[in-house]
Amino acid sequence: MNTFGKLIVEYSLTNGGMKLMHEKILNLIIAQAEELNEQLEIIIPVELGADAPLFGGKTGVLSSISLVTLIVAVEQSIEDEFETSLILADEKAMSQKNSPFLTIGSLTNYIIMLLNEDAPND
Amino acid sequence: MTEAKVMLITGTRKGIGKYLAEYYASKDYIVMGCSRGSIDYALSNYHHFCLDVCDEKKVKQMFAEIRRKMGRLDVLINNAGIASMNHVLLTPLKTVNKILNTNVLGTFLFCREAAKLMQINKYGRIVNFSTVATPLKLEGEAIYAASKAAILSLTEVLAKELAELGITVNSVGPTPVKTDLIRSVPKEKIDRLLAMQAIPRFATFDDIANVINFFIKKESEFVTGQNIYLGGV
Repeated sequence: MNTFGKLIVEYSLTNGGMKLMHEKILNLIIAQAEELNEQLEIIIPVELGADAPLFGGKTGVLSSISLVTLIVAVEQSIEDEFETSLILADEKAMSQKNSPFLTIGSLTNYIIMLLNEDAPND
Repeated sequence: MTEAKVMLITGTRKGIGKYLAEYYASKDYIVMGCSRGSIDYALSNYHHFCLDVCDEKKVKQMFAEIRRKMGRLDVLINNAGIASMNHVLLTPLKTVNKILNTNVLGTFLFCREAAKLMQINKYGRIVNFSTVATPLKLEGEAIYAASKAAILSLTEVLAKELAELGITVNSVGPTPVKTDLIRSVPKEKIDRLLAMQAIPRFATFDDIANVINFFIKKESEFVTGQNIYLGGV
Protein backbone atom coordinates (compact mmCIF):
# COMPACT_ATOMS: atom_id res chain seq x y z
CA MET A 1 0.00 0.00 0.00
CA ASN A 2 1.50 3.37 -0.92
CA THR A 3 1.51 6.38 1.37
CA PHE A 4 -1.55 7.77 -0.26
CA GLY A 5 -3.43 4.49 0.02
CA LYS A 6 -2.77 4.52 3.75
CA LEU A 7 -3.86 8.10 3.97
CA ILE A 8 -7.13 7.45 2.16
CA VAL A 9 -7.93 4.53 4.48
CA GLU A 10 -7.06 6.67 7.48
CA TYR A 11 -9.23 9.52 6.29
CA SER A 12 -12.11 7.20 5.34
CA LEU A 13 -12.15 5.56 8.75
CA THR A 14 -12.35 8.76 10.71
CA ASN A 15 -15.59 10.64 11.18
CA GLY A 16 -15.83 13.27 8.46
CA GLY A 17 -12.46 12.14 7.14
CA MET A 18 -13.39 12.52 3.50
CA LYS A 19 -14.65 16.02 4.20
CA LEU A 20 -11.24 16.84 5.60
CA MET A 21 -9.58 15.34 2.57
CA HIS A 22 -11.84 17.36 0.28
CA GLU A 23 -10.89 20.53 2.11
CA LYS A 24 -7.20 19.71 1.95
CA ILE A 25 -7.28 19.18 -1.83
CA LEU A 26 -9.48 22.25 -2.34
CA ASN A 27 -7.03 24.43 -0.40
CA LEU A 28 -4.11 22.96 -2.29
CA ILE A 29 -5.70 23.92 -5.64
CA ILE A 30 -6.61 27.39 -4.37
CA ALA A 31 -3.01 27.94 -3.26
CA GLN A 32 -1.73 27.01 -6.73
CA ALA A 33 -4.42 29.16 -8.39
CA GLU A 34 -3.36 32.15 -6.28
CA GLU A 35 0.23 31.64 -7.35
CA LEU A 36 -0.79 31.38 -11.00
CA ASN A 37 -2.91 34.54 -10.68
CA GLU A 38 0.29 36.55 -10.26
CA GLN A 39 1.10 35.81 -13.90
CA LEU A 40 -2.42 36.26 -15.31
CA GLU A 41 -4.23 39.26 -16.75
CA ILE A 42 -7.66 37.72 -16.18
CA ILE A 43 -7.36 36.06 -12.80
CA ILE A 44 -9.12 33.07 -11.26
CA PRO A 45 -11.63 34.46 -8.74
CA VAL A 46 -10.33 32.28 -5.92
CA GLU A 47 -12.61 34.04 -3.41
CA LEU A 48 -15.44 31.96 -4.89
CA GLY A 49 -13.75 28.83 -3.53
CA ALA A 50 -15.06 25.62 -5.11
CA ASP A 51 -17.23 27.65 -7.52
CA ALA A 52 -14.27 29.56 -8.99
CA PRO A 53 -14.30 28.95 -12.76
CA LEU A 54 -11.18 27.58 -14.44
CA PHE A 55 -11.40 26.41 -18.03
CA GLY A 56 -14.18 25.91 -20.57
CA GLY A 57 -17.90 26.51 -20.34
CA LYS A 58 -19.26 30.04 -20.46
CA THR A 59 -17.33 31.34 -17.49
CA GLY A 60 -13.85 29.84 -17.95
CA VAL A 61 -11.03 32.31 -17.32
CA LEU A 62 -7.94 30.29 -18.23
CA SER A 63 -6.27 29.97 -21.61
CA SER A 64 -5.22 26.43 -22.52
CA ILE A 65 -1.58 27.16 -21.66
CA SER A 66 -2.56 28.61 -18.26
CA LEU A 67 -4.62 25.50 -17.60
CA VAL A 68 -1.57 23.36 -18.41
CA THR A 69 0.50 25.42 -15.97
CA LEU A 70 -2.12 25.02 -13.24
CA ILE A 71 -2.47 21.27 -13.82
CA VAL A 72 1.30 20.75 -13.62
CA ALA A 73 1.52 22.86 -10.45
CA VAL A 74 -1.32 20.90 -8.82
CA GLU A 75 0.26 17.56 -9.85
CA GLN A 76 3.57 18.65 -8.28
CA SER A 77 1.82 19.87 -5.17
CA ILE A 78 0.02 16.54 -4.72
CA GLU A 79 3.34 14.78 -5.30
CA ASP A 80 4.90 16.78 -2.45
CA GLU A 81 1.94 16.52 -0.11
CA PHE A 82 1.06 12.85 -0.53
CA GLU A 83 4.24 11.34 -1.97
CA THR A 84 2.27 9.91 -4.84
CA SER A 85 2.22 10.89 -8.49
CA LEU A 86 -0.95 11.61 -10.39
CA ILE A 87 -1.54 12.41 -14.04
CA LEU A 88 -4.50 14.76 -14.12
CA ALA A 89 -4.86 15.40 -17.83
CA ASP A 90 -5.20 11.91 -19.27
CA GLU A 91 -7.75 10.49 -21.72
CA LYS A 92 -10.18 9.90 -18.87
CA ALA A 93 -10.26 13.59 -17.97
CA MET A 94 -10.54 14.67 -21.57
CA SER A 95 -13.38 12.26 -22.33
CA GLN A 96 -15.53 13.16 -19.33
CA LYS A 97 -18.91 14.57 -20.30
CA ASN A 98 -18.52 17.26 -17.69
CA SER A 99 -14.96 18.51 -17.82
CA PRO A 100 -13.15 18.21 -14.48
CA PHE A 101 -11.41 21.47 -15.29
CA LEU A 102 -14.55 23.64 -15.28
CA THR A 103 -14.18 24.88 -11.70
CA ILE A 104 -11.92 24.46 -8.69
CA GLY A 105 -14.69 22.31 -7.17
CA SER A 106 -14.94 19.96 -10.15
CA LEU A 107 -11.15 19.59 -10.20
CA THR A 108 -11.18 18.82 -6.47
CA ASN A 109 -13.80 16.10 -6.96
CA TYR A 110 -11.88 14.67 -9.91
CA ILE A 111 -8.65 14.45 -7.91
CA ILE A 112 -10.45 12.73 -5.03
CA MET A 113 -11.95 10.25 -7.48
CA LEU A 114 -8.47 9.50 -8.91
CA LEU A 115 -6.97 9.14 -5.46
CA ASN A 116 -9.76 6.78 -4.39
CA GLU A 117 -9.03 4.65 -7.45
CA ASP A 118 -5.41 4.59 -6.36
CA ALA A 119 -6.37 3.44 -2.85
CA PRO A 120 -6.48 -0.30 -2.03
CA ASN A 121 -9.86 -2.06 -1.81
CA ASP A 122 -8.99 -4.41 1.03
CA MET B 1 16.59 26.88 -5.88
CA THR B 2 20.20 26.35 -6.88
CA GLU B 3 21.93 29.20 -8.69
CA ALA B 4 23.83 26.97 -11.11
CA LYS B 5 22.18 25.73 -14.27
CA VAL B 6 20.95 22.16 -14.10
CA MET B 7 21.28 19.74 -17.03
CA LEU B 8 19.89 16.23 -17.36
CA ILE B 9 21.51 13.78 -19.78
CA THR B 10 20.14 10.29 -20.47
CA GLY B 11 22.33 7.28 -21.21
CA THR B 12 25.47 8.47 -19.42
CA ARG B 13 27.02 5.09 -18.57
CA LYS B 14 29.29 5.15 -21.62
CA GLY B 15 29.88 6.58 -25.10
CA ILE B 16 28.50 9.96 -26.09
CA GLY B 17 26.44 10.30 -22.91
CA LYS B 18 29.46 9.77 -20.65
CA TYR B 19 31.48 12.25 -22.66
CA LEU B 20 28.71 14.87 -22.47
CA ALA B 21 28.35 14.33 -18.70
CA GLU B 22 32.09 14.93 -18.22
CA TYR B 23 32.10 17.86 -20.64
CA TYR B 24 29.19 19.77 -19.08
CA ALA B 25 30.09 18.90 -15.47
CA SER B 26 33.44 20.58 -16.13
CA LYS B 27 31.61 23.70 -17.27
CA ASP B 28 29.08 25.70 -15.27
CA TYR B 29 26.43 22.98 -15.04
CA ILE B 30 25.19 20.67 -12.33
CA VAL B 31 24.69 17.51 -14.36
CA MET B 32 22.13 14.81 -13.61
CA GLY B 33 22.62 11.61 -15.55
CA CYS B 34 20.91 8.27 -15.83
CA SER B 35 21.38 4.83 -17.27
CA ARG B 36 20.04 1.33 -16.69
CA GLY B 37 23.27 0.13 -15.13
CA SER B 38 25.52 1.78 -12.57
CA ILE B 39 28.53 3.80 -13.67
CA ASP B 40 32.21 3.16 -13.08
CA TYR B 41 33.25 6.80 -12.78
CA ALA B 42 32.67 9.70 -10.43
CA LEU B 43 32.55 13.42 -11.19
CA SER B 44 32.07 16.53 -9.15
CA ASN B 45 28.88 18.39 -10.12
CA TYR B 46 27.41 15.09 -11.28
CA HIS B 47 24.66 12.92 -9.82
CA HIS B 48 23.62 9.59 -11.27
CA PHE B 49 20.26 7.78 -11.29
CA CYS B 50 19.91 4.10 -12.22
CA LEU B 51 16.73 3.62 -14.19
CA ASP B 52 15.24 2.50 -17.46
CA VAL B 53 14.20 5.57 -19.47
CA CYS B 54 10.80 4.03 -20.23
CA ASP B 55 9.93 3.16 -16.62
CA GLU B 56 7.40 5.93 -16.03
CA LYS B 57 7.22 5.49 -12.26
CA LYS B 58 10.99 5.65 -11.73
CA VAL B 59 11.38 8.51 -14.21
CA LYS B 60 8.71 10.55 -12.42
CA GLN B 61 10.39 9.85 -9.08
CA MET B 62 13.70 11.07 -10.49
CA PHE B 63 12.16 14.31 -11.75
CA ALA B 64 10.43 14.83 -8.38
CA GLU B 65 13.83 14.48 -6.69
CA ILE B 66 15.45 16.96 -9.10
CA ARG B 67 12.61 19.42 -8.45
CA ARG B 68 12.90 19.09 -4.67
CA LYS B 69 16.71 19.26 -4.57
CA MET B 70 17.45 21.67 -7.41
CA GLY B 71 14.16 23.50 -7.98
CA ARG B 72 14.99 23.89 -11.65
CA LEU B 73 15.95 22.16 -14.87
CA ASP B 74 17.53 24.16 -17.68
CA VAL B 75 18.65 21.60 -20.23
CA LEU B 76 17.61 18.08 -21.19
CA ILE B 77 19.76 16.01 -23.57
CA ASN B 78 17.91 12.89 -24.69
CA ASN B 79 20.95 10.86 -25.64
CA ALA B 80 19.88 7.36 -24.53
CA GLY B 81 19.24 5.18 -27.53
CA ILE B 82 19.68 1.66 -28.82
CA ALA B 83 20.11 0.25 -32.31
CA SER B 84 19.87 -3.15 -33.90
CA MET B 85 21.18 -3.93 -37.36
CA ASN B 86 19.24 -6.68 -39.04
CA HIS B 87 17.28 -7.48 -42.15
CA VAL B 88 13.56 -6.85 -41.65
CA LEU B 89 12.81 -10.55 -42.18
CA LEU B 90 15.16 -11.41 -39.36
CA THR B 91 14.03 -8.79 -36.86
CA PRO B 92 12.11 -10.19 -33.87
CA LEU B 93 9.20 -8.18 -32.52
CA LYS B 94 10.91 -8.16 -29.14
CA THR B 95 13.76 -6.14 -30.69
CA VAL B 96 11.29 -3.75 -32.32
CA ASN B 97 9.60 -3.15 -28.96
CA LYS B 98 12.91 -2.58 -27.20
CA ILE B 99 14.08 -0.03 -29.75
CA LEU B 100 10.79 1.85 -29.87
CA ASN B 101 10.49 1.86 -26.08
CA THR B 102 13.94 3.30 -25.45
CA ASN B 103 14.23 5.63 -28.43
CA VAL B 104 10.67 6.93 -28.77
CA LEU B 105 8.81 6.30 -25.54
CA GLY B 106 11.82 7.20 -23.40
CA THR B 107 12.44 10.44 -25.29
CA PHE B 108 8.76 11.38 -25.04
CA LEU B 109 8.60 10.65 -21.32
CA PHE B 110 11.69 12.71 -20.57
CA CYS B 111 10.50 15.61 -22.75
CA ARG B 112 7.13 15.63 -20.96
CA GLU B 113 8.52 15.51 -17.43
CA ALA B 114 11.36 17.93 -18.20
CA ALA B 115 8.93 20.46 -19.66
CA LYS B 116 6.86 20.33 -16.46
CA LEU B 117 9.96 21.30 -14.53
CA MET B 118 11.27 23.83 -17.06
CA GLN B 119 7.97 25.69 -17.24
CA ILE B 120 8.41 26.79 -13.63
CA ASN B 121 11.08 29.27 -14.81
CA LYS B 122 9.61 29.65 -18.30
CA TYR B 123 12.98 28.58 -19.69
CA GLY B 124 14.31 25.35 -21.09
CA ARG B 125 16.40 23.73 -23.78
CA ILE B 126 15.68 20.21 -24.99
CA VAL B 127 18.02 18.45 -27.41
CA ASN B 128 16.97 15.10 -28.86
CA PHE B 129 19.05 12.66 -30.88
CA SER B 130 18.18 11.78 -34.46
CA THR B 131 20.45 9.90 -36.88
CA VAL B 132 21.72 10.06 -40.44
CA ALA B 133 20.33 6.52 -40.84
CA THR B 134 16.92 8.14 -41.43
CA PRO B 135 17.70 10.42 -44.43
CA LEU B 136 20.20 7.89 -45.84
CA LYS B 137 17.55 5.16 -45.62
CA LEU B 138 20.11 2.62 -44.49
CA GLU B 139 19.24 -1.00 -45.19
CA GLY B 140 19.32 -3.22 -42.14
CA GLU B 141 18.34 -0.35 -39.87
CA ALA B 142 14.62 -0.15 -40.59
CA ILE B 143 13.40 0.05 -36.99
CA TYR B 144 16.28 2.18 -35.75
CA ALA B 145 15.81 4.66 -38.61
CA ALA B 146 12.02 4.64 -38.14
CA SER B 147 12.34 5.23 -34.39
CA LYS B 148 14.56 8.25 -35.07
CA ALA B 149 12.17 9.51 -37.75
CA ALA B 150 9.62 9.57 -34.94
CA ILE B 151 12.05 11.72 -32.95
CA LEU B 152 12.13 14.27 -35.78
CA SER B 153 8.33 14.56 -35.74
CA LEU B 154 8.25 14.65 -31.95
CA THR B 155 10.86 17.42 -31.93
CA GLU B 156 8.94 19.53 -34.44
CA VAL B 157 5.58 19.21 -32.71
CA LEU B 158 6.93 19.65 -29.18
CA ALA B 159 8.76 22.77 -30.36
CA LYS B 160 5.36 24.26 -31.16
CA GLU B 161 3.61 23.04 -28.04
CA LEU B 162 6.36 24.15 -25.67
CA ALA B 163 7.28 27.48 -27.29
CA GLU B 164 4.80 29.35 -25.08
CA LEU B 165 6.59 28.00 -22.03
CA GLY B 166 9.96 29.40 -23.13
CA ILE B 167 11.25 25.93 -24.02
CA THR B 168 13.05 25.17 -27.28
CA VAL B 169 13.23 21.63 -28.70
CA ASN B 170 15.81 20.68 -31.33
CA SER B 171 17.68 17.59 -32.44
CA VAL B 172 21.15 16.63 -33.56
CA GLY B 173 21.77 13.80 -36.02
CA PRO B 174 25.26 12.36 -35.70
CA THR B 175 26.98 10.36 -38.40
CA PRO B 176 28.66 7.17 -37.13
CA VAL B 177 30.78 7.77 -34.04
CA LYS B 178 33.21 5.17 -32.76
CA THR B 179 31.00 3.81 -29.96
CA ASP B 180 29.46 0.47 -28.99
CA LEU B 181 26.41 1.33 -31.08
CA ILE B 182 28.25 0.54 -34.31
CA ARG B 183 30.56 -2.15 -32.89
CA SER B 184 28.80 -4.96 -34.77
CA VAL B 185 28.52 -3.15 -38.11
CA PRO B 186 30.92 -4.55 -40.77
CA LYS B 187 33.74 -2.19 -41.82
CA GLU B 188 32.71 -2.21 -45.52
CA LYS B 189 29.25 -1.06 -44.53
CA ILE B 190 30.60 1.77 -42.39
CA ASP B 191 32.95 2.83 -45.21
CA ARG B 192 30.06 2.92 -47.67
CA LEU B 193 28.06 4.96 -45.20
CA LEU B 194 30.87 7.46 -44.61
CA ALA B 195 31.25 7.84 -48.39
CA MET B 196 27.65 9.10 -48.55
CA GLN B 197 28.53 12.09 -46.35
CA ALA B 198 29.78 15.40 -47.73
CA ILE B 199 32.65 15.10 -45.29
CA PRO B 200 33.50 11.38 -45.20
CA ARG B 201 34.78 10.74 -41.69
CA PHE B 202 33.53 9.53 -38.32
CA ALA B 203 31.95 12.17 -36.11
CA THR B 204 33.74 12.97 -32.88
CA PHE B 205 32.18 13.64 -29.51
CA ASP B 206 33.31 17.24 -29.90
CA ASP B 207 31.35 17.56 -33.17
CA ILE B 208 28.20 16.59 -31.31
CA ALA B 209 28.90 18.85 -28.31
CA ASN B 210 29.43 21.74 -30.71
CA VAL B 211 25.90 21.44 -32.11
CA ILE B 212 24.42 20.95 -28.63
CA ASN B 213 26.26 24.06 -27.41
CA PHE B 214 24.60 26.05 -30.16
CA PHE B 215 21.11 24.74 -29.35
CA ILE B 216 21.37 25.33 -25.60
CA LYS B 217 22.84 28.84 -25.73
CA LYS B 218 20.61 31.45 -24.14
CA GLU B 219 20.89 33.40 -27.40
CA SER B 220 19.36 30.46 -29.33
CA GLU B 221 15.90 31.25 -27.95
CA PHE B 222 14.61 31.79 -31.51
CA VAL B 223 15.90 28.42 -32.76
CA THR B 224 13.42 25.60 -32.24
CA GLY B 225 11.98 22.59 -34.05
CA GLN B 226 15.24 22.21 -36.00
CA ASN B 227 17.42 19.22 -36.73
CA ILE B 228 21.10 19.43 -37.65
CA TYR B 229 22.80 16.48 -39.32
CA LEU B 230 26.55 16.26 -39.04
CA GLY B 231 28.88 15.52 -41.93
CA GLY B 232 26.82 17.26 -44.60
CA VAL B 233 24.13 14.59 -44.87
